[in-house]
Amino acid sequence: MAEIVLDKVTKRYADGALAVSDVNIEIADGEFVILVGPSGCGKSTTLNMIAGLEDITGGELRIGGVRMNEKAPKDRDIAMVFQSYALYPHMTVRENMAFPLRLAKVDNATVTRKVEEAAAILDLKAHLDRKPANLSGGQRQRVAMGRAIVRSPKAFLMDEPLSNLDAKLRGQMRTSVSRLQKQLGTTTVYVTHDQTEAMTLGDRVVVLRGGLVQQIGAPQFLYDHPANLFVAGFIGAPAMNFLPATLENGSLSTPLGTVALTDRVRRAAEAADAPREVIMGVRPEHFEDASLVDAAALDRGASFDAQVEVLESMGAEKFAYFSVEGGEAHASDLADLAADAGSAGVPDTGSQVVTRLSAASAVAEGQPAKFWFDTDKVQLFDPASGANLTYSAD
Amino acid sequence: MSQTTEAARPATTHRAKPVLSEGKRAERRLGLLLCAPAAIVMLAVTGWPIIYSVWLSLQRYDLRFPDKQEFVGLANYGTVLSNGYWWTAFGTTALITVVSVAIELVLGMALALIMHRTLVGRGLVRTVSLIPYGIVTVVAAFSWKFAWTPDTGYLAKLVGPDTAVLTEKLPALSAIILAEVWKTTPFMALLLMAGLALVPDDLLKAASMDGAGPWQRFTKVMLPVMKPAILVALLFRTLDAFRIFDNIFILTGGSQGTGSVSMQTYDNLIRGLNLGIGSTMSVLIFIAVAIVAFVFIKVFGTAAPGSDPGRR
Amino acid sequence: MAVITTGKRVRWTIIDVIVVVYALVPVLWTLSLSFKSKATIGDGSFIPQEWSVQSYVDIFQTNDFLLALVNSIGISLIATAIAVVLGTMAAYAIARLDFPGKTALVGFSLLVAMFPQVSLVSPLFSIERSLSLFDTWPGLILPYITFALPLAIYTLSAFFREIPWELEKAAKMDGATPAQAFRRVIAPLAAPGVFTTAILVFIFCWNDFLFAISLTATTRSRTVPAALQFFTGASQFEDPTGQICAAAVVITIPIVLFVLFFQRRIVAGLTSGAVKG
Repeated sequence: MAEIVLDKVTKRYADGALAVSDVNIEIADGEFVILVGPSGCGKSTTLNMIAGLEDITGGELRIGGVRMNEKAPKDRDIAMVFQSYALYPHMTVRENMAFPLRLAKVDNATVTRKVEEAAAILDLKAHLDRKPANLSGGQRQRVAMGRAIVRSPKAFLMDEPLSNLDAKLRGQMRTSVSRLQKQLGTTTVYVTHDQTEAMTLGDRVVVLRGGLVQQIGAPQFLYDHPANLFVAGFIGAPAMNFLPATLENGSLSTPLGTVALTDRVRRAAEAADAPREVIMGVRPEHFEDASLVDAAALDRGASFDAQVEVLESMGAEKFAYFSVEGGEAHASDLADLAADAGSAGVPDTGSQVVTRLSAASAVAEGQPAKFWFDTDKVQLFDPASGANLTYSAD
Repeated sequence: MSQTTEAARPATTHRAKPVLSEGKRAERRLGLLLCAPAAIVMLAVTGWPIIYSVWLSLQRYDLRFPDKQEFVGLANYGTVLSNGYWWTAFGTTALITVVSVAIELVLGMALALIMHRTLVGRGLVRTVSLIPYGIVTVVAAFSWKFAWTPDTGYLAKLVGPDTAVLTEKLPALSAIILAEVWKTTPFMALLLMAGLALVPDDLLKAASMDGAGPWQRFTKVMLPVMKPAILVALLFRTLDAFRIFDNIFILTGGSQGTGSVSMQTYDNLIRGLNLGIGSTMSVLIFIAVAIVAFVFIKVFGTAAPGSDPGRR
Repeated sequence: MAVITTGKRVRWTIIDVIVVVYALVPVLWTLSLSFKSKATIGDGSFIPQEWSVQSYVDIFQTNDFLLALVNSIGISLIATAIAVVLGTMAAYAIARLDFPGKTALVGFSLLVAMFPQVSLVSPLFSIERSLSLFDTWPGLILPYITFALPLAIYTLSAFFREIPWELEKAAKMDGATPAQAFRRVIAPLAAPGVFTTAILVFIFCWNDFLFAISLTATTRSRTVPAALQFFTGASQFEDPTGQICAAAVVITIPIVLFVLFFQRRIVAGLTSGAVKG
């Protein structure tokens, strides 16, 4: 058990490409930290540098207070779970899990005991003598976990360990990874590109983009107080809606109509010296079917009419989609997000807005409806820098 | 927490192997070091002899008259190219190559389909098919020779007692082609089977949903998808068939105009001990093979195997 | 799984039988001739009317065959060992490392693979005579290595590309030194490919006739395929057919054993290079 400190860690390749730039993260003993971001953001490189599989170009890595930059992976006493599981195909499950212990020259009795213990925890006892090729995806994943936990390392590193599983199994494994980490209390660094895993698993989340740390914080904090457009768009599913807007005399003209700013938003925008042209961000759950909102609340927000294009009824809630005139919000952060989502090449159909409504809502597909949204929850972003103009740390 | 700073956006397109520049150089050095022995052996045993052979082909050099060695320019080429035997041998080689490769392609495709799709005894079929591939060519050639020998052979008995197949040109050539086809069809089939494995089952299902019958599925879907594999197999086999030697040597010894260019070269060299003429023929064969390979690669667009730069 | 109907089963069985007959008839014919007695060898019957092991007794009593067999085994084994070692080194570099000249090497070995071997016979004959390599083991081993190397390099680099090299990283994370990672994880995974390649290379060397007959002159280095010509029988006028066939059967045994036991691997080895391209 140990804390892991990344002190201005930088990775620059021989050809000059900068993969990770000046990353500062302090991971407390026993903490579960998630590194998240789109592909190519440097999260795996960061993890590999902690593991010792890649050299650190600049800065310092300390585990348990000791500088690790020059140590070989085997001398760092950390275990890693790979995306492909990296199970040794010529060894049985038992031999796979025992391998780190054998290398550490642990005596036979202890090896047997530890492997049995780990197998019991991971429900693998029935499969110990099978080869990886004869296991299902979920079983392989558990063997990979087992190989990591048998030697009680100082820390676990996990590189997208669940991304090769199907959706249902991924959900189950997510809970068991979380439970296992709590049970063992081992410091864990977990890399993923899946924002659901980021939200549900970690004590803290580090959002990376282009090798730079965008924001570090507890999942809920990142959701409520994103530092910039990128974090706002990356965290949360369905994603936050972004619309171009213009700030004028304390009100905001948007494609959804002109909205009066609440005190909180106005003060924050003034403090941040907001430009005239901004991007307004509204989370789907801050919309509601106007007919379900009581009168007092109606006054605190803004109402508008729109034609429902698609309605998805999830049972407990409904998602209503509509398009708005007035063009799309443009910023480099948003372009990156679109590229990551694979929608960069999708033809523009104006701005689509996603709203999450109560199940009681009676809006119907293809019909006009009256919507309401909570103007106090609106976030404003600077289109040039992407910075959140309404950001506050409380 | 840091806010995005656009100016400092690093390039992240390179997620390649993480190596420091010293590491990169060490990798290059190791790569060269590991390849050097193989490259040196291949160069020494092919490169040098080829150059030497070109030089020899410009000499009058007969081991029976070693003191008459002299530089004669292209005279040897004139001698060989104006010689009827050479052209007979060349024609024979070309004929054997074209006919046997064509038959092999058809039979090989059939065998590949059988090995790929058979419902019973797949392991057995694959195993026995490997026997012709693995067997020593000379051994197989002797088996064919004895089979065609009048009185001794079962095949000779089959065609009638009075015909000595191996002593007439066309029957002898057919026997040679048969021996060649028997021996190399399984290899062709294996190469084609590898291509068959690349045709996705779903594609064939989709084709039959689109209304294609079995023959159309074969010609319109399988063959086009397999085309690269077919071309590679044809290239390999054509070049291999062009150097046919063992079968002819055993079956007819090159008599009745059944000798290939390889036989001619061997006769001039080992039996005639004429290094100058032998080398001239070597160079001519080399040029012929180079032209065939060039045609395959440039005209048919055969992907040279291994041209794919080795990825990790 | 599709249901296999009886009709399909019968049809496939018939096709299978045709393939088996096609592949085995010449082999069985040789086998039959080798077991025929001297009196019945010319009877033209596919099955021996009179069984005899006299041909085998004869060949093992003459030095010609035994020496040739020793030459064949020795030369093929040595050439295989060297070609596989050199090929493994080169294939590892091609599959795993980035270095200048890689494409050139791959192209060059392709050239060698397609090279008309007879073109080399004349110069090699002359060169080997001047270096006193003519009619020696090294005189055959060298060209065998050369022409086996492209085969070895292609097959091995195709196998090496298939190895999940991430396991090397995993082993390091599990506490292995680079040497341990190689010995306990990579070597066991690479071994089947190396073994398969060795079989293919051995078959290639075992099979050669052109070099064997051009670059040898005596029993000192003549291999079995080349020696078969020189079988004369016990006396000048005796028909050597039975002995040639007996010798042929003997040198076919290793091939049949390889094929029987390693069919899957040989198929994988022969096709890997072709598909990966």
